[in-house]
Amino acid sequence: MKGAEALLKALERHGVDTVFGHPGGAILPVYDALYDSPIKHVLVRHEQAGAHAADAYYRASGRVGVCFATSGPGATNLVTGLATAQMDSSAVVAVTGNVATSLIGTDAFQEADVYGITGPVTKHNYLVKNVDDIPRVVAEAFHIASTGRPGPVLIDLPKDVQQAEFHGSFDIAIDLPGYRPTVTGHAKQVRKAAEAIRAAERPVMMVGGGGQAASDEVMAFARKTGIPVITTLMGIGAYPAGEPQALGMPGMHGTVTANRAITNCDLILGAGLRFDDRVTGKISRFAPNAKVVHIDIDPAEISKLVKAHVPVVGDLRDVLPRLADELDRLAIDDWWRQLDEWKGMYPERYKRTQPLVSQEVIQMLHEATGGECVVTTEVGQHQMFAARLFPTTRPRTFITSGGLGTMGFGLPAAIGAAFARPGEPVVCIAGDGSVQMNIQELATLYKHQLPVVLAILNNGVLGMVRQWQEMFSAERYSEIYLADSNPDFAKLAEAYGLDGYNVFDRETAAKVVPEVLAKGKPAVINFFVYEAEKVFPMIPAGAGVDEMIVGDQEPDETPEVPV
Amino acid sequence: MSAGRHVMSVTVRDRPGVLVRIAGLFARRGFNIESLSVAQSEEPGVSRTTFVVNGEDAVLEQVQKQLQKLIDVIKVIDHSQAKFVDRELMLIKVAVKTPEDRVEIRQIAQDFRARIVDVARHALVFEVTGDEGKMNAFIEQMRDFGIVELIRTGRIALPRSEAESERLPSVRSRAA
Repeated sequence: MKGAEALLKALERHGVDTVFGHPGGAILPVYDALYDSPIKHVLVRHEQAGAHAADAYYRASGRVGVCFATSGPGATNLVTGLATAQMDSSAVVAVTGNVATSLIGTDAFQEADVYGITGPVTKHNYLVKNVDDIPRVVAEAFHIASTGRPGPVLIDLPKDVQQAEFHGSFDIAIDLPGYRPTVTGHAKQVRKAAEAIRAAERPVMMVGGGGQAASDEVMAFARKTGIPVITTLMGIGAYPAGEPQALGMPGMHGTVTANRAITNCDLILGAGLRFDDRVTGKISRFAPNAKVVHIDIDPAEISKLVKAHVPVVGDLRDVLPRLADELDRLAIDDWWRQLDEWKGMYPERYKRTQPLVSQEVIQMLHEATGGECVVTTEVGQHQMFAARLFPTTRPRTFITSGGLGTMGFGLPAAIGAAFARPGEPVVCIAGDGSVQMNIQELATLYKHQLPVVLAILNNGVLGMVRQWQEMFSAERYSEIYLADSNPDFAKLAEAYGLDGYNVFDRETAAKVVPEVLAKGKPAVINFFVYEAEKVFPMIPAGAGVDEMIVGDQEPDETPEVPV
Repeated sequence: MSAGRHVMSVTVRDRPGVLVRIAGLFARRGFNIESLSVAQSEEPGVSRTTFVVNGEDAVLEQVQKQLQKLIDVIKVIDHSQAKFVDRELMLIKVAVKTPEDRVEIRQIAQDFRARIVDVARHALVFEVTGDEGKMNAFIEQMRDFGIVELIRTGRIALPRSEAESERLPSVRSRAA
């Protein structure tokens, strides 16, 4: 057996059945071995898309996503995908070919210092020099990627190592003395957390991406205590949006209720989140009256930005049930009266500018699917609209690039999610700007006939940039205009063999959306939407959560329609 | 925010790339590495390093946690939180211009318990060990005679016995 076969065998032993990748010279031996392997390989058209697909595969299923790329440009193309996975704590194992060990460091053809380049954007990485190390490295990579705070791990495999005769064993023990994630929360800290929560009059729970793997525990805790629950962008679905205790998303484009709750609460129970700047706004004005109980599996997140009065390092699946055991239903009726009042005062609403706006399209998609689908997004205005108007009710069903904010994520992520959850419909909500950053994946979509509907909210501009330039740069619109040179997306879809639709008004949209979704086939719907639509509420960058701009400030006289 | 010097012991697995990762973490948070020494510890496959870094005190705890997160880092000790002993080794070449200078230099060196490791017509090379203050004092004394060149190892540090003692887990020494 050669090293390349040993790699595939090791992957199989870790339950890998699907790999996203793109071949090339330095990884040829692996692709040769793949020819006889039961592992299904999905040929993406750009390595970045392979990394995003693997990332979304994990996010949608909880099973480690795997991608392959060749040396040099193949590997550097993975970097954005790895950084995306790293920021959003997604378990990915990436395998790259490299030039033969004798050529490493000689500026050989398609050589790059992949080990050096990917260090800062991975949880860990390996350069394998001894073929017999392959099973151990693969085992460690899967262990590191999927335990503790998940993250991407890269294995760089020089070509001669792939070709070398393998004499090692697959029955190996992993050996990581420096890696011991704390899963079990400290009993004293759990007790202190319970005391703080019991003493609070206006507590609020904030659930982040860590909640995706602990949604049952989040639900049980919320049910027992009656605590209000805010879900961050990464926490959408970890607690169902429609629940009476749900306050929605916090932060820059969060709901008025969630942000007011943060400003007025006297305790925040942070669960599996990292208090990102998009959530906190100006730190000094974030939850000024609150004690902070912070549960996270990563000790480095505790008190990194927001000081934790009661830190609990551990897995939510361990800590939340134990915390719930110490608590009864909280006596917070007055607090709830206040929150319900805000909820009633500020329902989701927007202006239905003619002929069509993004927000109503997203609502139509939500209605047509009944929310029973996986949503992926690109990055920008449509992402924020989707977070508020297409909140999913199940964990691992709202897949978006939160931390890195990677344009080009949504379409390959939809492909990854479709492989992770066969048979489930996937809706990719995209903008006309970001969709073009990985548009070549329409080919992958066509080839595998995945039930992915790509909804392009085409406003002809880079909408989020436009919004900032309108609001903060005195309408000096700089390099945002796309409409004069956008392709005809429906024709483009057809060129790839997919069904494509151009939709110009709300009547057609209302007809096309349910029709296309009912087909269960891959399709592209290009919605021409109002250019100057803005995402509100909004907390300007650097401002405090209490300085939120609430209303829709359009001069348009069209009446507001409550959602 | 106040900036300060910190002596940190980082015990690492002896793997390629581990120093780059540590240095990268310091750099990313604006820490300057003043000195760094690294060598094998008593446990095969494990190296003990001592970093002297300069940076914001408030950021240090965060950097320490980030260091601890590195897979090949076994243990991190910030010596500002525990008693420690530290030493440094310096080789210093001092110019000898006159026979009187030679006598005087040798006398000072004796007071510092510096050893002569090389003798030439116009220069002497001394080996000096001690703490940082002693190094600096010796350098000052030699400045008037003329320092041709010098090299310092940077500080190496161990916790004192009554303080936290560092027992290393045994690892199988294998290269990745």
